[in-house]
Amino acid sequence: MSLLSDLINLNLSESSEKIIAEYIWVGGSGMDLRSKARTLPGPVSDPSKLPKWNYDGSSTNQAPGQDSEVILYPQAIFKDPFRQGNNILVICDVYTPAGEPLPTNKRYNAAKIFSHPDVAAEVPWYGIEQEYTLLQKDTNWPLGWPIGGYPGPQGPYYCGIGADKAYGRDIVDAHYKACLYAGINISGINGEVMPGQWEFQVGPSVGISAGDEIWAARYILERITEIAGVVVSFDPKPIPGDWNGAGAHTNYSTKSMRENGGYEIIKKAIEKLGLRHKEHIAAYGEGNERRLTGKHETADINTFSWGVANRGASVRVGRDTEKDGKGYFEDRRPSSNMDPYVVTSMIAETTLLWKP
Amino acid sequence: MSLLSDLINLDLSETTEKIIAEYIWIGGSGLDLRSKARTLPGPVTDPSQLPKWNYDGSSTGQAPGEDSEVIIYPQAIFKDPFRRGNNILVMCDAYTPAGEPIPTNKRHAAAKVFSHPDVVAEVPWYGIEQEYTLLQKDINWPLGWPVGGFPGPQGPYYCGAGADKAFGRDIVDSHYKACLYAGINISGINGEVMPGQWEFQVGPSVGISAGDEIWVARYILERITEIADVVLSFDPKPIKGDWNGAGAHTNYSTKSMREDGGYEVILKAIEKLGKKHKEHIAAYGEGNERRLTGRHETADINTFLWGVANRGASIRVGRDTEKAGKGYFEDRRPSSNMDPYVVTSMIADTTILWKP
Repeated sequence: MSLLSDLINLNLSESSEKIIAEYIWVGGSGMDLRSKARTLPGPVSDPSKLPKWNYDGSSTNQAPGQDSEVILYPQAIFKDPFRQGNNILVICDVYTPAGEPLPTNKRYNAAKIFSHPDVAAEVPWYGIEQEYTLLQKDTNWPLGWPIGGYPGPQGPYYCGIGADKAYGRDIVDAHYKACLYAGINISGINGEVMPGQWEFQVGPSVGISAGDEIWAARYILERITEIAGVVVSFDPKPIPGDWNGAGAHTNYSTKSMRENGGYEIIKKAIEKLGLRHKEHIAAYGEGNERRLTGKHETADINTFSWGVANRGASVRVGRDTEKDGKGYFEDRRPSSNMDPYVVTSMIAETTLLWKP
Repeated sequence: MSLLSDLINLDLSETTEKIIAEYIWIGGSGLDLRSKARTLPGPVTDPSQLPKWNYDGSSTGQAPGEDSEVIIYPQAIFKDPFRRGNNILVMCDAYTPAGEPIPTNKRHAAAKVFSHPDVVAEVPWYGIEQEYTLLQKDINWPLGWPVGGFPGPQGPYYCGAGADKAFGRDIVDSHYKACLYAGINISGINGEVMPGQWEFQVGPSVGISAGDEIWVARYILERITEIADVVLSFDPKPIKGDWNGAGAHTNYSTKSMREDGGYEVILKAIEKLGKKHKEHIAAYGEGNERRLTGRHETADINTFLWGVANRGASIRVGRDTEKAGKGYFEDRRPSSNMDPYVVTSMIADTTILWKP
């Protein structure tokens, strides 16, 4: 209806200084995003200038009914691609009224790790490759797949084009521009090996902002699929059988790795990661054992391996990095439903703070 | 949904200098186009200023899993008609990490032919007539044809108009404008003899750019059919029986042919092509034997034949060229699924470099 979109797209700056701020937080499952909006008297660009807020934690499995208030602390601001103008999205984390982070608040600990002087000095960079699957609403069968059946086998779909190979590009392209508009450091997109599966990359982001940007990008993605009447899934193995899973490969480097001689630092870091394989895997996402089978470009979940240009390894080092003697490496283990605060801070902690 | 198209059509130049570059390459079958996008810090107009990139060759049949990186070198830039603004399409070719062109990279050898001084001096021009068929999704039956049956026989459809004669014009017309927007030298379009079949022409293009422009025009076409939910086919004989096939007639001239006395040069060139008929046919597209039967405006695949205004010949010389004593000629043998890098460079090689 054109009148409805006229109203949605109203440019309020002509009639009012007021702005709308959409406060976003992660709910009780650790994966469900929630948000609500409030009016503010004028434009804000610094999170510390935004008021704290609260919500009903008993409705998101995060507080009991008789003591239901959960407090939201604003942490990062992005431009709102849906409301545009001076309106904003605000990534928040959650605390009890007494000021303690809730158990589901993974940002708090991550922020502590990233503010440790040894970590801050190494300026850790992250590039996260977020994969996801689009599903038809109501049937929850992948977008483009025939109801009651399967598409032709994997092969033609990776970076493919055409009505018989690419399903949902309008969502992906709208998301790309919306994230750039919002100020998220989205570095690229591609169609994935399984039809109906896509990937976007965010980075390089420093420290805690990697997590903030991924959560904001996930939020924008789910708002866009909502508009499109399609369901987004971050399940790591949405369809069993000869169909690729979905991951969140995390590319990582520190200042030392990016400088001359960095390749040795990289190898030492990979060695430390290998010694803590079980601990990392436990924190790298629910259901990952259905994805990390050793097939479909993964390494088996119980095995830690690394290699140059090896997509069947736990950790992959790019040929460029090997050639230049410095650069970054890719941890291919995290699943699509990982918490980026947990994964990024754990990689920093193991490689920079932990002594074996 | 208008809100989705609002996001797809966001003009980012108001919020950021960043641009999106869609890197395009040819996959393992030699005909499947692939692409993925990346963000660049600002506008770029010169391919040599674009970074090389890489992709997962194990997912396109071009590299093994344990050594999967294939490097793409940017070769030509076109404006992106889908994202518009300063966003670009980048035609690339594919190399091993060691810098060797991979077997499916036909551009590399073509570029060598086109940079030979004798070829450069002759400024070879190409005008390629790309035919294609539109198919209904899921059943792969031509667009506009009754399911389970056939339309009336050929006759009314060539350049026809009307809901009962022209099927898919919206795709054809949007492709025409999109290509002009992109900077492709598209010179015309027409509806073809078989209903649901169309043709566009690109040229005159000099040397290697003929191939670049055809591949990008094919890419834009398949992106448009993706939007229109229609399947694109470059099969040379999509429907058996009394239905025309699809070709990629290649018009050709050199500096000498375009100057006074050029007709004699043309006759000599056609003679050379006749001596290498078998070699050319072998490189002029898969499945061409189903199309080149001697009927439906083709010459039999085993026969080399040329004539003025003769559409039943392998090579046709236009009446204008005969009258003016100079001009160009049309090689009618290449099929719609030919590789333009192969065909254009082979014609130049045989007519300019090869000594019988």
